[in-house]
Amino acid sequence: MGNTITIIVNNKPYPVEDGQTIMQALDKIGFHLPRLCYHPKLSVEGACRMCIVEVEGSNNYVTSCTAKVAEGMKISTNTAELRKARRDILELLLDSHPVDCNTCERNGNCELQDLARSIGVKIRQFEGEKKQYEIDLSSPAITRDPNKCILCGRCIRMCSEIQGVNAIDFTNRGFDSTVVTAFNSPINSSVCINCGQCINVCPTAALSEKYYTVELFRELSDSKKIKIVQIAPAVRAAIGEAFGMEPGTNMEKQTVATLRKLGFDKVFDTQFSADLTIMEEGYEFLNRLTNNGILPMITSCSPAWIKYAEQFHDEILPNISTCKSPMSMMSSILKTYYAKKIGADPLNILSVAVMPCVAKKYEAQREELKIDGIGLTDIVITTRELAWMIKSAGIDLVSTKGEEFDNIFGFSSGAATIFGVTGGVMEAALRSAYELYVGETVVDIEFNELRGFKGIKEAEIKMGDKNIRVAVAHGIGNANAILEIVKEDPSRYQFIEIMSCPGGCINGGGQPYAGSEYIALNENLLEKRASVLYQIDRSKTIRRSHENPEIQRLYKEYLERPNGPKSHKILHTRYAKKSPRGVVYNGKM
Amino acid sequence: MNNNLKIREDIDDRKEKLVKFIDEKRGKGYNKSALMSVLHKAQEIYGFISTEVIEEISMCLGIPTASIWGVVTFYHFFTTKPRGKYIISVCLGTACYVRGSKRILNKLKEVLGIGLNETTKDRLFTLEAKYCLGCCGLSPVMMINDEVYEKLTTKKVVEIIKNLKAESEVHYSEIN
Repeated sequence: MGNTITIIVNNKPYPVEDGQTIMQALDKIGFHLPRLCYHPKLSVEGACRMCIVEVEGSNNYVTSCTAKVAEGMKISTNTAELRKARRDILELLLDSHPVDCNTCERNGNCELQDLARSIGVKIRQFEGEKKQYEIDLSSPAITRDPNKCILCGRCIRMCSEIQGVNAIDFTNRGFDSTVVTAFNSPINSSVCINCGQCINVCPTAALSEKYYTVELFRELSDSKKIKIVQIAPAVRAAIGEAFGMEPGTNMEKQTVATLRKLGFDKVFDTQFSADLTIMEEGYEFLNRLTNNGILPMITSCSPAWIKYAEQFHDEILPNISTCKSPMSMMSSILKTYYAKKIGADPLNILSVAVMPCVAKKYEAQREELKIDGIGLTDIVITTRELAWMIKSAGIDLVSTKGEEFDNIFGFSSGAATIFGVTGGVMEAALRSAYELYVGETVVDIEFNELRGFKGIKEAEIKMGDKNIRVAVAHGIGNANAILEIVKEDPSRYQFIEIMSCPGGCINGGGQPYAGSEYIALNENLLEKRASVLYQIDRSKTIRRSHENPEIQRLYKEYLERPNGPKSHKILHTRYAKKSPRGVVYNGKM
Repeated sequence: MNNNLKIREDIDDRKEKLVKFIDEKRGKGYNKSALMSVLHKAQEIYGFISTEVIEEISMCLGIPTASIWGVVTFYHFFTTKPRGKYIISVCLGTACYVRGSKRILNKLKEVLGIGLNETTKDRLFTLEAKYCLGCCGLSPVMMINDEVYEKLTTKKVVEIIKNLKAESEVHYSEIN
């Protein structure tokens, strides 16, 4: 950024900072130009041409996302010709689009639809040739409908620039262009890690999660089954947005009440099993630390990260904690301990999880998680799917009177709540590990250096005779950077938290679409969602996982001791190298 | 020598050739920017660009496979399917077309038993269309590899194919 210069917009002078693009400058002085391919966190593509302006002295329209401002530049944003040109461009997109808005998942929350309205497409002049592609339903997590794709390329840039996975790119040319995986293979057999960040930046419904709502509604009407649901921390921090509430509204109790209204017999909290994760992971860490085990230990909660590591970094697999994720730990306990306790057949228990995450759908299908051949989580739905189900069942989430979680897996510590935001798992682990190792209580339990949205966060904690260096990464691109550091200097860190999604679970691939005020990845939006979790943490009297009395009871009655043989059978898993086609290069650009 | 073994060696030779070419490029300081010339070389060596070759190039140049796949499918010159020993390019440009090149094309389809942009099972012939080869005075024309065949008739076409088949003792069917 440089000096202040003057540009003339629609015949009025405005002082703006030099060095930025016309679009950036106009955004700040109150002109929001239409846009489809542009995203502030991604590189500039200049593909959709929606953001064109007229610049005096230029023969052609100028794309404001690529052109920089200059002293004395005369810009018009809303002439009759421009309005017509923009409308023509948009109409061309609509000509080959299915325009099946009534039956589309993103009806009412689609950038293409919104633009058609605001730009003023009133009559459709032409019916263009439509694309005829098969919908890719191969993946248990992500669905791709190339017919709805407008080729903005945001998903490609997200996948390569932020996530460094490079699962998709443009193929063919002209009208035949589509976004596909390498060799046009089904998503299921590609290197896609199911993080779902592409879904969040897609302006249309070309990418979405695989829906399990119909199946779940059917199961809910089965009176013979014991229907149990768990909800992840991040769900309560964002679901209100899908009902028009201000981001940052805590919807925990209302969500519990609506889940009962939907027909669930028990509503449990994934935060309970997050506490359980801390016990297992904390002891696993202390065990590695004191017995010369493999360090740094890396967290295992994020299923997309696990698939990424299995594909691209199998050398790091021994470093990853063997703990199942909190979701799978809850389901493990439900199908073993809980089933026995209530005298039910585990096969008669329907274990449903509401997650901010798309990759959890994939995780739920992993064979190695099963206990004695019994599957754990039967159905995983995203926050978005739950919001739709609530609306579809005619339940009023906003004015529903809040209710509490069911006993006995509804009680959790504040440490478990912050699992939903980047740095949270590490903070929770340190709160307990410190005490369990040193034998004294930590005075200041809020680790501010682990909070916030910096890509890589580091901290150093003195634990008795040991100096523990920890790091936190969110977004696979940052995770990759940390792995590079570890490769250079294996003893630099002892404990690392990795979350696949930028911001952590609050920005998961299954969270409500950002509204009109915000765009996906907007830090203010993420901060508001995070603040919900930090507030809940602060409001609790028990803020350390190992102090959760229900956890203590579970160990006494069933699991015996953390990291013991029993808990290893029930709560731990294993990883193996995966080599889908196209995994030869790990994407460091 | 066992026939299969010979084929195997042939393939290894090709790979060695390609890797050597890439190493030369990298020696000159080209990495990602060498992609186009590497793909051209790969097609020259193998006759087409297979997924295995893409993975090899991805590893050598540090470019994601999805991106290379994008480049390969963008340019018509590259093909991801094996092509025949003889590439038949029938001209469908205006002059040839009005002088009946469509009939020539149909005859070829019939004789070879394949459609446009397809390859015969014995990997002998690939049938393609071109839009003006620049010898309208000789129309209708077609090219087979580098050779131009002029003033074609359906009768002539049948004869040409018959001769090529007879000429070609080596079958390429299993090499790739």
